[in-house]
Amino acid sequence: MLCGVPLRDLVPSSIGALVRRGADFASAEDAVQDALVIALRTWPDDPPRDPQAWLITAAWHRFIDAARSTTARRAREVADVRSRAVGADAEAPRDVAASDDALDLYFLCAHPSLSASAAVALTLRAVGGLTTRQIAAAFLVPEATMGQRISRAKRRISEVHLGERGEVATVCRVLYLVFTAGYDGDVDLAAEAIRLTRRLAGLSDDPEVHGLLALMLLHHARRGSRTDPQGRLIPLGEQDRTSWDTRLIEEGIEILVAALARDALGEYQAQAAIAALHVDAPDAASTDWVQIVEWYDELLRITDSPVVRLNRAVAVGEADGAAAGLAALALVPPHVPRRIAVEAHLRERAGERAAAADLYTLAAAAAANTAERNHLMRSVAPSAWTHLRIELDGTTAEVFVGDATEPDLTVSDLKLGADASGGVGLWVDQGSVATFANLTVTQG
Amino acid sequence: MKYLLLKHYRGGPEPVEGWTTMDRWTPDEVDAHIQFMRDFAAQLEENGELVSADAVSPDGTFVRHAGEGRPPVTDGPFAESKDLIAGWMIIDVDSWERALERAAQLSAAPGAGGQPICEWIEVRPFMSEPPSHDELAAL
Repeated sequence: MLCGVPLRDLVPSSIGALVRRGADFASAEDAVQDALVIALRTWPDDPPRDPQAWLITAAWHRFIDAARSTTARRAREVADVRSRAVGADAEAPRDVAASDDALDLYFLCAHPSLSASAAVALTLRAVGGLTTRQIAAAFLVPEATMGQRISRAKRRISEVHLGERGEVATVCRVLYLVFTAGYDGDVDLAAEAIRLTRRLAGLSDDPEVHGLLALMLLHHARRGSRTDPQGRLIPLGEQDRTSWDTRLIEEGIEILVAALARDALGEYQAQAAIAALHVDAPDAASTDWVQIVEWYDELLRITDSPVVRLNRAVAVGEADGAAAGLAALALVPPHVPRRIAVEAHLRERAGERAAAADLYTLAAAAAANTAERNHLMRSVAPSAWTHLRIELDGTTAEVFVGDATEPDLTVSDLKLGADASGGVGLWVDQGSVATFANLTVTQG
Repeated sequence: MKYLLLKHYRGGPEPVEGWTTMDRWTPDEVDAHIQFMRDFAAQLEENGELVSADAVSPDGTFVRHAGEGRPPVTDGPFAESKDLIAGWMIIDVDSWERALERAAQLSAAPGAGGQPICEWIEVRPFMSEPPSHDELAAL
């Protein structure tokens, strides 16, 4: 924010304006970034009357300077561009042009020829107005690498004409990736995704864009309740519902209802509807799982993905019982991530404690992130006591779990040797919680 | 998604036929190998895929905490240890398939006679952050 103006909001339409005047996208993007730096330096002392116009003019001058300093051939092109630009200025009132330009940029940066990570980076820079350094920090890669990723992306789309709009689904997918990137850094990517989607929703009346915005708001409303202060995951059913952001929930539901009324259902609207049903329940027990299953069925009709089927199995388990959930799970291919975790959960609910414990252990080993792994570890034997016996003989230790007659673990070379003396310590690995009781030490 | 590409001095599956360790190469062959590594890292950076690249000496030791106020306990070096890490690259790419493709290229670094050494590269995905909302993340 500078002089009361959210500076970054001016970036996409400034780039668009330069491209409209004849600059290529890559140079336009560079010129606007340069102009932003000047703005940050000069605006505090000398605020412009029309910040958008100032930025476009400053960026245009940077572009001309950069183009001039290259070659004479390039200079002739610029002269040509300049003569065209006079006409372009007179063409349309700036407000309309600015919003069209901004919308065009969303499509360009999400162009299908770009890889997912390239589209995400380019969108954050050209549409979001973030610096390369900020984007690099947000994704935990070196600035040089991120700079190259953005340059390559710009080169790749250099032949694409601004204004060539593809499917809005590609833009939604990129924004959703930003939302779910989930890293910590100076830049809150989830909040940034919401900001960009909110602006897109102001430029496009596509119900899926509005469905995506609703989905993000409804998820974001629960953000603080998903983990405890130690970073441990809290299951939906145990989250503190009073901490949910009611203002975001109201806004999300309002946007969703308006989008659904347009009668053009898509995957983001369906997902938002499911999120809305969750936040709508005053407590976990009153969640309308039957309706959630119906929405998953809708979602399956739109996009038959294994991940949707897996989610649906969880919902079916809640709506119709664990046996029905397991039957629904049978339709999910074996190698879908988190399938084992879902099976463990359903078996536990079905009362199959031993099978569930084994599956939780397997699921934890397969988890793709530490918070989830630790959560699954803690689920292995929830609230159950485990009897453990450790037999020491010389430098050998044998560990017996439960009533086992054969050791579950043998350590044959105790590092402190056979004559070690001192206290007995009990501990569990980081991220786990355990209580010890009834410790007895006997000599055999 | 980030992946660790591990190079081992030894360890891993059976080496391909004709594989020799670096101490058996001529100085020029060693230089060519190191230059390949540098070029490969530069190329990864140019592609927007490099996170970091490092090599470590084979000499080292194991160390652990030995209780409050006591000096750390060390163990090793183990001349005979089965597995010895030589270095690594960390890459940030879009897919597992791409990570494998990059690892295979790294494995083609030149060795004796300038031929690709075809060493085994170990590929390990980084643990990521949990998804920000997935219902399945915390059942």
